[in-house]
Amino acid sequence: MAEITKEEIRQPENLIYKKTDLLTDKALSYCPGCGHGTAHRIVMEVLEEMGIQDKTIGIAPVGCSVLAYEFMNIDMQQAAHGRAPAVATAVKRLNPDKFVFTYQGDGDLAAIGTAETIHACNRGENIVIIFVNNGIYGMTGGQMAPTTLPGMKSSTSPYGRDVHTMGNPLKITELIAQLPGTIYVTRQAVHTPANVRKTKKAVRKAFENQKLKKGLSFVEIVSNCNSGWKMTPRQANEWMVEHMFPFYPLGDIKVND
Amino acid sequence: MAKVKGDIVIDIEKCKGCEVCIPACPNDVIALSKNVNGKGYNYAETINDECIGCANCAIVCPDGVITVYRKKVE
Repeated sequence: MAEITKEEIRQPENLIYKKTDLLTDKALSYCPGCGHGTAHRIVMEVLEEMGIQDKTIGIAPVGCSVLAYEFMNIDMQQAAHGRAPAVATAVKRLNPDKFVFTYQGDGDLAAIGTAETIHACNRGENIVIIFVNNGIYGMTGGQMAPTTLPGMKSSTSPYGRDVHTMGNPLKITELIAQLPGTIYVTRQAVHTPANVRKTKKAVRKAFENQKLKKGLSFVEIVSNCNSGWKMTPRQANEWMVEHMFPFYPLGDIKVND
Repeated sequence: MAKVKGDIVIDIEKCKGCEVCIPACPNDVIALSKNVNGKGYNYAETINDECIGCANCAIVCPDGVITVYRKKVE
């Protein structure tokens, strides 16, 4: 067998994978190893595959991903804290032929925006909600969020979350799966190649549902926050598998076809 | 027998050295460099020629810095 050089392999016809052009060339503002970057890329790849990038409007939240409009090379609107589903409702109702999605973290969606989220889901607005859950307020310094696990340390629960004084973690995804307006509710992760592929399928299905005007699709992505959890990215991923997944099990929660 | 050879190109200036790609690689092709890039991160680099172009590293890379090529060798 003849030897082959790297230059012969690195030809445009052999290209298998490169970063999608729907992400801008700006360096992502996220910490090393943060799942937000992968989640951004999955959404943009799905839009590119479906060919709907010119008729999609994204709603950015407040939180780590507040600058999502800097990285996603599509039409974006940034909403007030927690109000992304309300803004998305208005955008979708005024532009029914556009694809509308919100991209939110757990502090935005499950704390400040609980009412907006639940009512948008209950009304069955024809939008997609991408929910990145890392169990902590990452951007503001690792404070306790509604999704913080029992016993989990954060900067406002330095001895671990005590459920008697600080309440129980909120499984918002299971909560909204009960509502008749939602059509597809799923929970995925992005820490391994297999999970990234599954998440991409889920996001694709969510946008296909919107195309068929079926109702609201909700994709939760369980992610890490290595800075907030005070771990290295690899430790954070292992910790997530060990502690987050038993409480937030992956898989489809509701599929209405 | 046809064999598949692959290669990856890492944009070292954008790499943040998170190491998420390292456990994703089935052939242990990637390791962190001892050198640092302009931001001060130890960047990922290839350490052998065993790459099969599976693109696992590229799809888990949070910053999308890896480009993957694959060629069938007769």
